[in-house]
Amino acid sequence: MSTAASAAPPATRPVMEPVPVRVTSVSKETHDTFTLTVAPPPGDPVSAFEPGQFSMLYVYGVGELPISISGDPAVRESLTYTIRSVGQVTYQLVTRQPGDFIGVRGPFGSSWPLKEARGKSVLIVAGGIGLAPLRPAIYSILRHRGDYNRLVILYGSRSPRDLLYRKEFAAWGLLPDTQALSTVDYGGVTWRGHVGVVTTLFRLVRMQPKETVAMICGPEIMMRYAARELEARGLPPEQIHLSMERNMKCGAGFCGHCQMGPYFVCKHGPVFSYPEIKPYLDLYEL
Amino acid sequence: MAPSEMKTVLTAHPFLEGLPEKYVDMLSKLAFEVHFDQDEVIFREGDPSSLFYLILDGKIALEMGAPGRQIIIQTLEAGDELGWSSLLENTSKQFRARCLEPVRALAFDGARVVNLCEEDHEFGFHIMRRALALVAERLRATRLQTLDVYSPKGARRP
Repeated sequence: MSTAASAAPPATRPVMEPVPVRVTSVSKETHDTFTLTVAPPPGDPVSAFEPGQFSMLYVYGVGELPISISGDPAVRESLTYTIRSVGQVTYQLVTRQPGDFIGVRGPFGSSWPLKEARGKSVLIVAGGIGLAPLRPAIYSILRHRGDYNRLVILYGSRSPRDLLYRKEFAAWGLLPDTQALSTVDYGGVTWRGHVGVVTTLFRLVRMQPKETVAMICGPEIMMRYAARELEARGLPPEQIHLSMERNMKCGAGFCGHCQMGPYFVCKHGPVFSYPEIKPYLDLYEL
Repeated sequence: MAPSEMKTVLTAHPFLEGLPEKYVDMLSKLAFEVHFDQDEVIFREGDPSSLFYLILDGKIALEMGAPGRQIIIQTLEAGDELGWSSLLENTSKQFRARCLEPVRALAFDGARVVNLCEEDHEFGFHIMRRALALVAERLRATRLQTLDVYSPKGARRP
């Protein structure tokens, strides 16, 4: 076997086999949320993702979790994940040091309908860490700005200290034909921004509902209310898309842990159109 | 503000969208323009409810005292309404309203609006239907806020 042949990444790989990737940076976004960047092997299919897809991240000897990819899809040299430290595996992920190795499987799942949205306005509605899976879509739209009309980004968070990507978000709001509004559920008296749930921002949006594609990601309750409200405001339901979360384990629709009605969220989702997923939104997750 | 301008401004406000012109005329006779400076308190928790406002410019924080601190639970701005409780009788303010920015608004004496509603039930129906929609919207938003959906337990992918 030649050296060159052994260094080339495989075109395909067994779906359950993690690729060892080197951690290049871990940066703090908020008091409990961090952005982890890893360097996959050059040319490896693990880095070829569409906005909205997720990877399975494996901390060797600890466990594996589905994490949405939050970086720029045009950058193939690295993969970026924004992770909230809420448990053992996420804690281990965000406390990795540059040079450490973790395992990555994927990318998995469906993606945001960026092709269908061409020629239309795009309304991004994010809640909490739900902004992370939407950020690659925003990067992609900004990279192909001429293909879309208005871009509106609405972002709700628990409190000012929980807002992600603050500088980047402020910069988006300064771009032409772009509106970026954030709101928090509770503000301290020094907070000068909006306070209220993210749906209260809808009345401040300037766009034609019939010519708009909405992409929503956040806590399921927030997505339900947002989708209902957008439908009431005239957005055709098939132009509303949601990213769902369930207990994803295998990432390929084998194990059934993430079943939601007739769908496996890891394979048929996580991005669904509203009419597809609406009948199952009220089902209690066991 | 000139009467003709007052009518134009009232007609354009979302709260009165679709209100028949004769009722806009009635309201325009009650309305008066008010201005508040940044950080000025419009009313405090416990104050008797008296004025109802349609906000034209600026931003207002509704604040509530919590142990050891004051928190903002909602912000209101152009196109919003403030002081709906003044359309009810014998009520007092539940929150403190403080201006985050200089505010311009149209104010109405709530008792006089209610008297007009009593005198003309069709007008009353229009106003109370709008008030009910406003209260329902605020209730829905407050319910969502109390669910604390962004807390770690309710978070999306970690």
